[in-house]
Amino acid sequence: MFINNDVTKGTVMQERHVVQPNDPGHPIILSTEDLHVFYGKKEALFEGDLQFGSNQITALIGPSGSGKSTYLRSLNRMNDRIATVTGKIMYRGVDINQPAIDVYEMRRRVGMVFQRPNPFAKSIYDNIAFALRLRGTTDKHELDEIVETSLKQAALWDQVKDDLNKSALALSGGQAQRLCIARAIAVKPDILLLDEPASALDPVSTGQLEDTLLDLKQHYTIIIVTHNMQQAARISEYTAFFNQGRVLEYDTTSQIFTNPQVQVTSDYVSGNFG
Amino acid sequence: MNSKKQNKIAIGALYGIAGLVVLILLALLGYILASGLPQLSWHFLTAPAKAFLKGGGVGVQLFNSFYLLILAMAISFPIALGAAIYLYEYARDNWVTTTIRTAIEILSSLPSVVVGLFGFLFFVVKLRLGFSILSGAFALTFFNLPLLTRSIEDSLRTIDLEQREGGLALGLSRWETITRVILPATVPSILTGVILSAGRVFGEAAALIYTAGQSAPALNFADWNPFNISSPLNPMRPAETLAVHIWKINSEGIMPDAKAISSGSSAVLIIAILLFNFAARYVGKRLYKRLTSA
Ligand SMILES: Nc1ncnc2c1ncn2[C@@H]1O[C@H](COP(=O)(O)OP(=O)(O)OP(=O)(O)O)[C@@H](O)[C@H]1O
Ligand SMILES: [Mg+2]
Repeated sequence: MFINNDVTKGTVMQERHVVQPNDPGHPIILSTEDLHVFYGKKEALFEGDLQFGSNQITALIGPSGSGKSTYLRSLNRMNDRIATVTGKIMYRGVDINQPAIDVYEMRRRVGMVFQRPNPFAKSIYDNIAFALRLRGTTDKHELDEIVETSLKQAALWDQVKDDLNKSALALSGGQAQRLCIARAIAVKPDILLLDEPASALDPVSTGQLEDTLLDLKQHYTIIIVTHNMQQAARISEYTAFFNQGRVLEYDTTSQIFTNPQVQVTSDYVSGNFG
Repeated sequence: MNSKKQNKIAIGALYGIAGLVVLILLALLGYILASGLPQLSWHFLTAPAKAFLKGGGVGVQLFNSFYLLILAMAISFPIALGAAIYLYEYARDNWVTTTIRTAIEILSSLPSVVVGLFGFLFFVVKLRLGFSILSGAFALTFFNLPLLTRSIEDSLRTIDLEQREGGLALGLSRWETITRVILPATVPSILTGVILSAGRVFGEAAALIYTAGQSAPALNFADWNPFNISSPLNPMRPAETLAVHIWKINSEGIMPDAKAISSGSSAVLIIAILLFNFAARYVGKRLYKRLTSA
């Protein structure tokens, strides 16, 4: 604590510090420009300007009410009927925050997993297959295959392969959350948005989930909101620190945790916040 | 007096009240069944009623009750489902929905005799439908619609917001989310609501006296052409139901065995309504189990 305070006094002086990712191996796949979000008249997000490299994990951290979920939910337009979102969200060179965009198609490219596991009241198999069937995949073999690969990628296959026709509501919390991940990746997205996906899970399930996310990174770009500093440090390459509706600091995760440039970030990651 | 004692007295009082309610219900049921069950026979359940002689049955009335029930449900269920989906899933909270909700509230607390008189003036007289199954079914729809809409809305409310967001996040439209995710999950509780309201409709008399009428012309159960006047399916024929029959016998029945027929009919009515209630519980539980477990 003492040392940390010293460091704080010595080096931290900026108000805001943003370093966008710049790895040749991980081209930018998604970025936001001048993003503002209003709930009615109340502004909840003031200019979110972040870029995300493909096949990397980015953690969004910050105190409660700082706008992390607001930002994340804007990325796949889940806030459409709830809030007003202005600014650009560039996905592979296309601004997906404009009315002309087919949001249903877009959400299949930018999938989302929620805080509380939300399996549907259907069988495990149908949880994954029914959205595919709705979009015209009716071949049984093809469906079987997608269900199997998705469950394998979500590290759930071995536990449920004999119970695919059982109700998903009978799964444990950790299993249910994996099923939700499998369901999200079955429609073959590029990007996975996760909003505190482990907050309802026990430590063992949480650890397993983190391993799964690290595996998934090969195929997907992952943006995850978390309140767990260790989790952010363990799995992410980049970390954005949100405070009062602003991104105060964005940098590589190791920089954020070992050498933060903004006083508030430093306080927050060292636990001296508030 | 210490709080432990107070607690004991309070619990005792509550048990007493609950016990009293159950006792009254049991006494009522016991009385109706005890006086009615001995009258029941296959003949009683199937034979047509007799106006002046003894030995009539309630076959036609029983059929009428079910036919009216099915027609009323067929009309009111789709409307109620649509209204509930609109109100809960689509409409924003503004003065329009507040007005609709208030209207539903008022409609559901209208005395059924008022609904019946409205049905008489509007369907029977104005639309010239006469005393008919159709008039009765429309009146029952008015009686049933608000209750059913509210019950379906309550069923929709039991499904978490996360289920809806889960559907949307998979790229489903709102309509797809409602029809593929939400409605299947609410089938058990919607069905329970439907069966319970069927019980209420089945026992309804006041709304039908001046709409479906108080006469039960003999039916030819071999003739299923709905356009023939003696066909059971003809929706334009007057159709006294079981509940109306009970009311009528007791107010102006002149057959020698009026008392026995009234008791027997009451027993049939009570048994049917009990069956509806048990069916609602059973079906709801079974369906829910099938949806949620192995
Ligand atoms: N649906 C909504 N309507 C109105 N205001 C909202 C809504 N959702 C969030 N807000 C407000 O927006 C601000 C940011 O909330 P947000 O949920 O994005 O915070 P968060 O960083 O995700 O917090 P937490 O860590 O608690 O999840 C808060 O002040 C919150 O009250
Ligand atoms: Mg949040």
